[in-house]
Amino acid sequence: MLRDITLGQYFPGKSWVHMLDPRIKIIATLAFIIELFIVDNFIGFLIAGIALGIIIAISKVPVSYIMRGLKPILIILIFTFALNIFMVDGRILWQWKFLKITAEGLEIAIFMAIRLVLLLMGSSMLTLCTRPLALTDGIERLLSPFRKVGLPAHDIAMMMTIALRFIPTLLEEADKIMKAQQARGADFESGGLMKRAKSLIPILVPLFVSAFRIAQDLAMAMEARCYRGGENRTRMHEMKFKKRDYIAMILMAAFLAVIIAESQIL
Amino acid sequence: MKENNMEPIIKIENLIFEYRKEEETPPVRAIDNVSLTIEKGSFTAVLGKNGSGKSTLAKNLNGLLIPTEGVIYVNGYDTADDNHIWDVRQSAGMVFQNPDNQLVSAIVEDDVAFGPENLGIDPAEIRRRVDKALEDVNMGPFRGKSPHMLSGGQKQRIAIAGVVAMKPSCIIFDEPTAMLDPKGRNEIMSIIKELHEEGITVILITHFMEEAAAADRVVIMDEGRIFLDGTPSEVFSQGDKVRSVNLDVPLAVELAARLREKGIDVPQNIISTEEMVEFICQYE
Repeated sequence: MLRDITLGQYFPGKSWVHMLDPRIKIIATLAFIIELFIVDNFIGFLIAGIALGIIIAISKVPVSYIMRGLKPILIILIFTFALNIFMVDGRILWQWKFLKITAEGLEIAIFMAIRLVLLLMGSSMLTLCTRPLALTDGIERLLSPFRKVGLPAHDIAMMMTIALRFIPTLLEEADKIMKAQQARGADFESGGLMKRAKSLIPILVPLFVSAFRIAQDLAMAMEARCYRGGENRTRMHEMKFKKRDYIAMILMAAFLAVIIAESQIL
Repeated sequence: MKENNMEPIIKIENLIFEYRKEEETPPVRAIDNVSLTIEKGSFTAVLGKNGSGKSTLAKNLNGLLIPTEGVIYVNGYDTADDNHIWDVRQSAGMVFQNPDNQLVSAIVEDDVAFGPENLGIDPAEIRRRVDKALEDVNMGPFRGKSPHMLSGGQKQRIAIAGVVAMKPSCIIFDEPTAMLDPKGRNEIMSIIKELHEEGITVILITHFMEEAAAADRVVIMDEGRIFLDGTPSEVFSQGDKVRSVNLDVPLAVELAARLREKGIDVPQNIISTEEMVEFICQYE
């Protein structure tokens, strides 16, 4: 059961998108998000949507899989849509007591909804097509220039790596503690929300204790393996830009230019 | 052949190690005046019950703990010397008891690469070492897997590969099989024996007598002191002494002693079950 959990929402594949350098993918995602905020009309969204559609098609990630990732934010989407549609003043289309829908409100609501959906689909493409560890490596390399101003780039990446490694371990630990408590008559399933939340305390306390124990063991094992922070450390996987990474960079720049030009002209 | 090579790799001189549970309490002496020399290429088993100081001794050997008094030299480097602490740890690798809590990365081959990466080795060379180390522990096909998908024995093999990839001259195993099932235990023991045959000095901390019988030297610790020290047959032939510190002698040795009481002349060098089986089948 717990052994089968997937970390993050990585969708394994061997597509062109999967094989791109993680640094390119991170920058492209950031650029895409910025572009979505530059866009001020629907044609811009159409261009962004087509670009995203092409990327999704190349990546071979099923659209239904991406949509599933959108579910948790559905409430936010509906909420902002409702706020925009009812709160904006302008030409009234429909009115019922104090609720009114204006043409401008409708436009802004749809505009914002499209922006949010594109934003989430675009950024989930990053995590869907990049192994979590490649992602932390990419973040480390991208942040490393900021080391000069005191940003601990290596430490941040190492923390993320260890977190990824130990999530399953801690889940197993939690499972073990829960079973041990259940064997002694603890009840986690019945009762109201408060009662259930309270019954989790006897799990959290031992879980914290064992997390600290694991941390101590791990720190000792890392020290025994000559870990001394990021200095003088080499990496087995070198990150080198390949031909496809340069192509992606050019495409990204072209896309950015199109979006800026489009928002200036229209 | 290896026994004749008398060059020491680890030299412990009058080691005393004390620790305090709390600031106010008087220090507890975990190791009390231990001197020990480990020869290059040897296979030493350190036995003792819980609290005998055997694990503390192991952690002193690669500078994870620093002696309160006395000195330890590993490959000629003083473990208390900050300038050479990384040389000490590279020379004396360590495999711990819990297979889960010593793996760093969520990908097997990245974890094996962790040690060499810390040493600042060239990427191409790391690749070679990682492939070789995974081959050595028969875990090659699992290189892309995540440790949480592996069994305890497999995880422990990855941990060993991670140490082997650092090319240590000596590996200290701190109860590596204590949390494994019998199958995992056998796998680990056969890898330890192979590494020893390849010329790596092995120090095996354990409380399984059968594992200690595979070594060419057995040290029994009790209350922070060395209680017995010798070849397995020398040590295990003193059955009463071994039992006096709450340890058992291996089954084969026990059986040999009883057979001798009955007047059957069993050779002293029989300590493992296989040897005993061999002897009984040949006996007329």
